[in-house]
Amino acid sequence: MTLRIFVPRDAAARAVGADRVAEAIATEARRLDLAIELVRTGSRGLFWLEPMVELETQEGRVAFGPVAPADVPGLLALGPQAAKAHPLCLGRPDDIPFLKRQTRVTFARCGVIDPLSLADYRAHGGYRGLARALSLGPDATIEEVVRSGLRGRGGAGFPTGIKWRTVADTDAERRYIVCNADEGDSGTYADRMLMEGDPFGVIEGMTIAGFAVGAAKGFVYIRSEYPDAIRVMREAVDIARASGCLGAAADAAASGFAFDIEIRVGAGAYVCGEETSLLESLEGRRGQVRAKPPLPAHKGLFGRPTVINNLLTLACVPAILADGAERYAALGSGRSRGTMAIQLAGNVRHGGLFEAPFGLTLGEIVDEIGGGTANGRPVRAVQVGGPLGAYFPRALFDTPFDYEALAARDGLLGHGGIVVFDDRVDMARQARFALDFCALESCGKCTPCRIGSVRGTETMDRILRGERVAANLALIEDLCQTLKFGSLCALGSFTPYPVMSALRHFPEDFSHPRLVAAAD
Amino acid sequence: MPVAWNEPQAAEIIRRHAGQEGALLPILHDLQAAFRCIPPPAVPFVAHALNLTRAEVHGVVTFYHDFRNAPAGRRVLKLCRAEACQAMDGERIARRILDRFGLEWGGTTPDGRLTVEAVYCLGLCACAPAALLDELPIGRLSEASPDELADEVGG
Repeated sequence: MTLRIFVPRDAAARAVGADRVAEAIATEARRLDLAIELVRTGSRGLFWLEPMVELETQEGRVAFGPVAPADVPGLLALGPQAAKAHPLCLGRPDDIPFLKRQTRVTFARCGVIDPLSLADYRAHGGYRGLARALSLGPDATIEEVVRSGLRGRGGAGFPTGIKWRTVADTDAERRYIVCNADEGDSGTYADRMLMEGDPFGVIEGMTIAGFAVGAAKGFVYIRSEYPDAIRVMREAVDIARASGCLGAAADAAASGFAFDIEIRVGAGAYVCGEETSLLESLEGRRGQVRAKPPLPAHKGLFGRPTVINNLLTLACVPAILADGAERYAALGSGRSRGTMAIQLAGNVRHGGLFEAPFGLTLGEIVDEIGGGTANGRPVRAVQVGGPLGAYFPRALFDTPFDYEALAARDGLLGHGGIVVFDDRVDMARQARFALDFCALESCGKCTPCRIGSVRGTETMDRILRGERVAANLALIEDLCQTLKFGSLCALGSFTPYPVMSALRHFPEDFSHPRLVAAAD
Repeated sequence: MPVAWNEPQAAEIIRRHAGQEGALLPILHDLQAAFRCIPPPAVPFVAHALNLTRAEVHGVVTFYHDFRNAPAGRRVLKLCRAEACQAMDGERIARRILDRFGLEWGGTTPDGRLTVEAVYCLGLCACAPAALLDELPIGRLSEASPDELADEVGG
C-alpha cells in the first residue's frame, strides 16, 4: 500500500529545511523500495515545529516535528503505526494544543491539502461558497457579506459588504476587483501562508466578489519579497483557467458570468500596501497615494469602480457564503465579528498562526498561546499591528484583541501581527526605527511624512545621545501630532503609534544617554 | 542567461505586454530579469514605446527599491531588518554577515559574487531572523550563518 507523507512547501517551512527533509524522504523511500506519495502542502502554521511531517495512518494523519533530514531513516524504518512511539511524534495534528484551541475558518485547508490540487480543494469544501452565491444572485450575495459583519482585515476595518454595495451601485461599464497581497507589515505572514497553502480560496473569494459587484477582471498585487507565493498563485490561476473556473470559458458562464484574474508583482515599496498607492502602482506609476475622495469604490483602478480588499478579507468570503452569514457573525466580540488570523512573531516560543474569534486578551495570546519568549527571558513589550502599530507593555495585557478595544488603548489591530520583545529591548531605539522606516518608505506626497520623518529620526538621535532630552521629547510629541493630522495615508498618520506608545509606556528608556553607533 | 542591453530583445519584451493594462511595472520586471538591471538606455526606449515621457519612466524606475540601474552581484542576499527580526537579535547577526564578506548594506563583493541588501519583512517572522538568498528563504539565522552563507556562495 502506498504511504502518503505530507511535507509543507510553505516558504517559512522551507526556510528551516523542509526541502531537505522532503529530499531525504524521497531518497530513503527509494533505498527501502517503499511506495510513497509525497504531498507538498502549505503550513499548519506551527513554526516552532517546522519542518512538520505528517504520515497517513489507519487513524488519520499523525504529525512529527521538528524533523531534520537525519531523523528520516528512523521514521520511515518504523512505518506509520510504530512511528507513533517516535520521540518526535506529536500525535494527530488537530490534537496539538496550539491547533486544538483554534477556530479555523479561513485557514481550514491550509497545511491540509495539496495547494495546487483543485480536486483536493473541492473535496475540502472549495467552491461551495461560489455555488451558493450564484444561486442567491448578486444582491443577496452582498447582503450575506454585510450580515456576516466582515470588516477589512488589512487594518482599516471598513465593513466589506458596504464597500461591495457601493461598487455595485456605481454606474460603470467596467468594474474591478483588486486583492491587496502587498503584506509588508513585519510580524505578519497570513496572506503569504494562504497564497502558498490555499490559493484557490483566494481565487474563489475574488470570483464571488466579481459576481457580487459585476466585475469581470481581478488583479492580485503580490509583493516581490514573496517569490514562493507569486509562483503558487500564478500556477493556481493557470490551473483554474484550464479547468474553466476562471477565464472567458468559466463554469459560471452558464449563469452569464465570467471572471479572470491577473497576478501582478510589486517592486519593493512598502507604501504600496496602502490602497490608493497600490492602484497607482497597478496603473504603472510611482506608488504615490491619492487623496480621497474619490473613493476607490467610486473611482478606483483606471478610474473605474473598484473593490480593493485585503487578501485575508477576500479569503474569508467563501466560508461566509458556503455556511451562511449567521454562522460567521456568531463568532467574535463587539463589532469585531468572525475570526482573526493572529500572527505570533519575533521573540516568541510558539511562533505561528492562531486563528480564533476576536476577543482573546493580549496576555492570553502572548503568554498562554505563545508561551512567552523563545529564549525564556521576560516579555517586556509587544508591537501589535505591524510597524505602524503601538507597543504594549505587560500592564496592558488585559486588552482584548479586537478593532475597538485596541483603538481604545491608542493601538490598532492592523493586519493581526504581534511581535514579541524580551527585556533587553531598547524602546527609544524602536521609536527611532519607526521614524526611520517612515522616512525610508515615504512616498513623498505629504510634507509631514516626507520631511517630518527625517527630522524626527534626527531628533530621536539627539535624545539617544542625551541632548536636551525634555525639549526634544516635546518636539517629537509635536511632530507626531503634525504627522497624525497632516498625512493623507496611514504611513504618515500612524507612525506616531509606535513612537508615542514607546514614549508613554516606557519613558525610562528615553532618559539615559547612550552611544549612537555610526551604523544607525 | 542575462545579456547586455539590446533593443531587439527589449522590443520583444515590450511587445509581449502589448494590450496589457498598466503594463509599465511588468515590463520593467521583465527587462530587469533579462538585463540584470534597468540599463539607462532602457528609459527612453520604454518611454517611446509606451508613449510616456522619459521623466515618467525615470520616476517609476527610481521610486521602487527593486529596480537597479546597474547589475547586482551574481547572488543577492536580502537580510531582514524589520521588527520581528530585530526582536531575535537580527541586527547583530546581520552585522556579522556583512563583516564576513567585508560589506556594508547594499554593497557588492569586489569579485561580483554577492550583493547584500536590507529588506523590511520577508513574511518569515516566526522563524526570525530571516533572509532570502536569491529566491531561497533562510530562517533562524544564527552565529553559524556567516560561515554557512560563505560556503554557499563561496568566498
